[in-house]
Amino acid sequence: MAKQLMKGNEAIAEAAIRAGVEAYFGYPITPQTELLEYMSKRMPELGRVFLQAESEVAAINMVYGAACAGRRAMTSSSSPGISLMQEGLSYIAASNVPVVIVDVMRGGPGLGNIAPSQSDYFQMVKMAGHGDYKPIVLAPATVQEAVDLTVLAFDLAERYRTIAIVLLDGVLGQMMEPVELPPMRPLPATPPAWAITGAAGRAKNVVIPFRMQADDLEALNLELQRKIGAIARREARFKEYFIDDDDAGGDKTDLFVVAFGTAGRVALSAVKAARQKGIRVGLHRPITLSPFPDERLSRLADDARGFLVVEMNAGQMLEDVKLSVGGQAPVRFHGRMGGQAPMPDDIAREIEKLDEMTRRPIDHKIEGPVALRPASRPAQQAGSKPELTAPGTP
Amino acid sequence: MIPVEPFTEQVVFQRPRAMSATPTTYCPGCMHGVAHRLVAEAIDELGIRERAILVAPVGCSVFAYNYFEIDSVVAAHGRAPAMATGIKRVQPDKIVFTYQGDGDLASIGIAEILHAAGRGENLTVIFVNNAVYGMTGGQMAPTTLPGMKTTSSPLGRDTRTMGHPMKMCELLSQLDGAAFIARRSLHNPAEIRKAKKAIVEAFKTQIEGRGFSMVELLASCPTNWDMKPVDALKWIETHMVPIYPLGDYKRRVEG
Repeated sequence: MAKQLMKGNEAIAEAAIRAGVEAYFGYPITPQTELLEYMSKRMPELGRVFLQAESEVAAINMVYGAACAGRRAMTSSSSPGISLMQEGLSYIAASNVPVVIVDVMRGGPGLGNIAPSQSDYFQMVKMAGHGDYKPIVLAPATVQEAVDLTVLAFDLAERYRTIAIVLLDGVLGQMMEPVELPPMRPLPATPPAWAITGAAGRAKNVVIPFRMQADDLEALNLELQRKIGAIARREARFKEYFIDDDDAGGDKTDLFVVAFGTAGRVALSAVKAARQKGIRVGLHRPITLSPFPDERLSRLADDARGFLVVEMNAGQMLEDVKLSVGGQAPVRFHGRMGGQAPMPDDIAREIEKLDEMTRRPIDHKIEGPVALRPASRPAQQAGSKPELTAPGTP
Repeated sequence: MIPVEPFTEQVVFQRPRAMSATPTTYCPGCMHGVAHRLVAEAIDELGIRERAILVAPVGCSVFAYNYFEIDSVVAAHGRAPAMATGIKRVQPDKIVFTYQGDGDLASIGIAEILHAAGRGENLTVIFVNNAVYGMTGGQMAPTTLPGMKTTSSPLGRDTRTMGHPMKMCELLSQLDGAAFIARRSLHNPAEIRKAKKAIVEAFKTQIEGRGFSMVELLASCPTNWDMKPVDALKWIETHMVPIYPLGDYKRRVEG
């Protein structure tokens, strides 16, 4: 199919339509409003449901209702609007119904501004509401990827009966790029068996977001955790640049930049510049922020000199990278906030700094990379008082 | 031998098909059981059980899904009209109704109910007003009467600092999208019969696609009012009805 030039927000809307979204409910907020506007025109053309809600609170609960009816339903918003949806998201998670949410992040906290940001990482990845659960979070770095991940979001939401979030920033929402759109999918002929469609010729269906008894609520939580575990095992996705697993060569990449979305795109320029200066650095760009590609990062950490995390926030994904690296290598951070994007030159300087910091004066084949690892501390003798040492203390 | 007349049985009263056999968790003297039954009878009479969908609220009637034999969901506190909107918009042939208390509908959910009515959303709302938050233990609601003592207005609702009762029928009937808005009471059998008729009419409004319909039912909460059930019914008549006059507030015939 021929490529066409489309704005991120509109491309996502069209991708959702082609993926088979049957109902869209939303509320205007910059920088995602074009998505709502696009839906207001296209959905009625196709005989599907579009409704501008009175608030984000109402919008997410309308999505919840349509999803309970077994229909593909979605909403889109930006950071402050997403905050208002947290309650609804938690209810949706408890009810095990599939929904797709698009968050085009803007600067925060508070009203913040309308400039691009990645500061919703915590509020989306770390649960999106009260209680114990995790949604699937997909982070595109190009308009094409936003299109592809929107389709994937509907597939994953339905497969696992869960919340799937497409998390991007205002740059991607507003940017125009050539995209190839997916084919138009037919809508499902009948809603799933669990859906709330009226108890005609069957026992009643009930979809509820609570269990009054502790035993029952724990059982629901265990079910959610099993689902989250299955998603973590199967669905982690990432893209890597200049990283290869070939252990034979002596010039293996051993410095890693980790960045998602727009920050990942900027970081790629910096990585290329640093490589031209002879630094063996690569880029790991998580595509699923939840499930986080922790196993892959942990493997990279085995032979890594160091990591640099780049984000458009104060260091939110940084925590997950640190957990994955598990203290095997130093993890540095470069971030911009308030709607500022990191500059390739600044990131390249940070890469050089990391390179210098972690360059060992002696042949590491003799000392081994263990020199940087906390595991190299001497084993404690039984009964002896644990000795507290600062990292790096001999 | 004495000839035996053949025994014939005629059913004059039974549980509606739309109601389940599950015993309720409601307190003695609570009016939810009566309100549930009226709704179930209306559903049976209109023959809509297999396409009826209940959106239960947060509050005592959060368990309502247990007591109806129809497809049901439970909404977040106050959000039932929004959730019902989502359900109805994707399947307009279904009969969708919310069942909400006064804390749920008139306080935290006031935006959702106003806009559902304003949009003329083709839904039915059963609004049970007992002037207090029941499930949390009788706190002041927006519908609490002036001077009425509750667990969060221990000296009585002082209108200078705690405001005046929210009159939802009066408020919603101002909106063009509202097709049928009525207030009834459950304090005696005659009023209960009138309430039933209004509920049937509200569902008919939806079946005919005329737009938003709501029946407010004045009800007692003997537990939280600290009254005997019979005294509580009397109190509805003497104290609530004067503040919340019964009647039809909106009756629009065309769609």
